[in-house]
Amino acid sequence: MSETFTKGMARNIYFGGSIFFFLIFLALTYHTEQTFPKRSNEAQLTQSVIRGKTVWEQNNCIGCHTLLGEGAYFAPELGNVFQRRGGEDGFKPFLQAWMKMQPLGVPGRRAMPQFKLSDQEVDDIAEFLKWSSKINTNGWPPNKEG
Amino acid sequence: MSMANPHLKFASQAVAKPYFVFALILFLGQVLFGLIMGLQYVIGDFLFPIIPFNVARMVHTNLLIVWLLFGFMGAAYYLIPEEADRELHSPRLAIILFWVFAAAGVLTILGYLLVPYAGLARLTHNELLPTMGREFLEQPTITKMGIVLVCLGFLYNIGMTLLKGRKTTVSMVMMTGLIGLAVFFLFSFYNPGNLARDKFYWWWVVHLWVEGVWELIMGAMLAFVLIKITGVDREVVEKWLYVIIAMALITGIIGTGHHFFWIGASEVWLWVGSIFSAMEPLPFLAMVIFAFSTVKNRRRQHPNRAATLWAKGTTVTAFFGAGVWGFLHTLAPVNFYTHGSQLTAAHGHLAFYGAYAMIVMTLISYAMPRLRGLGEAADERSQTLEIWGFWMMTLSMVMITLFLTAAGVVQVYLQRWQPDGIALPFMATVEHLQVMFWARLGAGVGFFAGLLCYLFSFKQRGRAALRAPAAVVPS
Repeated sequence: MSETFTKGMARNIYFGGSIFFFLIFLALTYHTEQTFPKRSNEAQLTQSVIRGKTVWEQNNCIGCHTLLGEGAYFAPELGNVFQRRGGEDGFKPFLQAWMKMQPLGVPGRRAMPQFKLSDQEVDDIAEFLKWSSKINTNGWPPNKEG
Repeated sequence: MSMANPHLKFASQAVAKPYFVFALILFLGQVLFGLIMGLQYVIGDFLFPIIPFNVARMVHTNLLIVWLLFGFMGAAYYLIPEEADRELHSPRLAIILFWVFAAAGVLTILGYLLVPYAGLARLTHNELLPTMGREFLEQPTITKMGIVLVCLGFLYNIGMTLLKGRKTTVSMVMMTGLIGLAVFFLFSFYNPGNLARDKFYWWWVVHLWVEGVWELIMGAMLAFVLIKITGVDREVVEKWLYVIIAMALITGIIGTGHHFFWIGASEVWLWVGSIFSAMEPLPFLAMVIFAFSTVKNRRRQHPNRAATLWAKGTTVTAFFGAGVWGFLHTLAPVNFYTHGSQLTAAHGHLAFYGAYAMIVMTLISYAMPRLRGLGEAADERSQTLEIWGFWMMTLSMVMITLFLTAAGVVQVYLQRWQPDGIALPFMATVEHLQVMFWARLGAGVGFFAGLLCYLFSFKQRGRAALRAPAAVVPS
């Protein structure tokens, strides 16, 4: 690099630039925080939803599935599974039956373990996935297949 | 450490050796579990229910993170004393922390494999401070606390060394990166009930690590090795280092926004995240130019040609993996279709291997012959083996990336691009990707062979040293 551009100048760009853009990042984070209650329907964040999130976490569901596109890519997206599998009336009974059927035991097919969840736990997961499906995700996913 | 090693500037640098050895053992484990998952992608119920996919994946990704941390710590224990021009503050503490971290790591992996995950959560009282069950942060809360303690002890040790010694740009950047690593890890303890908020701050660990402070660590390690193997003036190298890390943080901090498109965060991130993350390839491009121009302008011909190859190779592979493959799907209108597809997996593999696995192997390649008392470089035959390992692993990873990219493109077309009614469900889509997944498994076997070749090169070095111990002593 040319001699007119000194190490001191490079250092100043590093310190000044990183601090400046980190402060902008904090300001944008503050703005995002203000939008979370509305975008995520925080008013409907019930105890059942929070319990469902814990069941989701303590069985490592993210190790195979994606949720809002994040996670493993081995099993279907579940951010919109509420709409895909029955919606308001059908989703809860569907999930209860589906969880009891696992593993399906089809040779060669990707298999989901039997997690031995109680009916209450499955209901809580259903509430969690229902709540998650209503988060304003800027229109993602493109279609109901997730 | 009873006998003085003439190839180390400071005897305490020797503590780096167990860190490097253990890192490579974990790397081998990571690749073995990668092969298991590669098989599960084509034979869905392979090893089910003994090792379900989620367990294999957790072991695969957690081993990656832990072996890279061991690599970074080993690198710091090696380069900080040399840069600070004094012995490490406490070699004993470094060895104690090695055993604590190794034991915690092994116990956690065994916990994943032997206990159902929900049982592990109960056993470790996750309910007291629930942090488990989030991607890459699956470790029990007690393990996370152990990681924090090990990091604190480690930072204290190298920090004291630095405070009492010479402060160079390389060591200060390394230190800043490592402090940042520890600070941002603290966000792994924040797990709000609101999923959108949880995901938002989860990225403060994951993105601000790999596309933020880890780039400082990578830059410092690269600069250190380049100074050593080329003899190029430190002033020039340090100017480059500042330019690289300035670009990394200026683009990378707000570039976090490319993860905030579809997880419930405000729509301003669609623009902000797209623009800043589109510039994230720049620091990696600068690293390529830096490495190649520094080697070209070298003042000496270093006998360790394998280390030179790793130093150049890591920049090129990181540029393609993190830079180009990241850019491919970073713009919001593209990411709308590709988010969470096999394209994400393609990018993740080449980026992590190119930037972080390879920079650790660069430093190991430079430091290990000295740590083992062999001299500046291993003998020709083992260097040739190491270079074979380099090419087999790197080309195999490129093939893995290309096959996953092909799978991702087909997946996006079948599952995402088509409207409702025509779009295929996920499980039907993956049936169409079988050929690509078989090819990826083949490339994975190639990677494993390359890794064995690489590991075998160390055995050869030991034998060569026994044969001619006097050859390294100049007359």
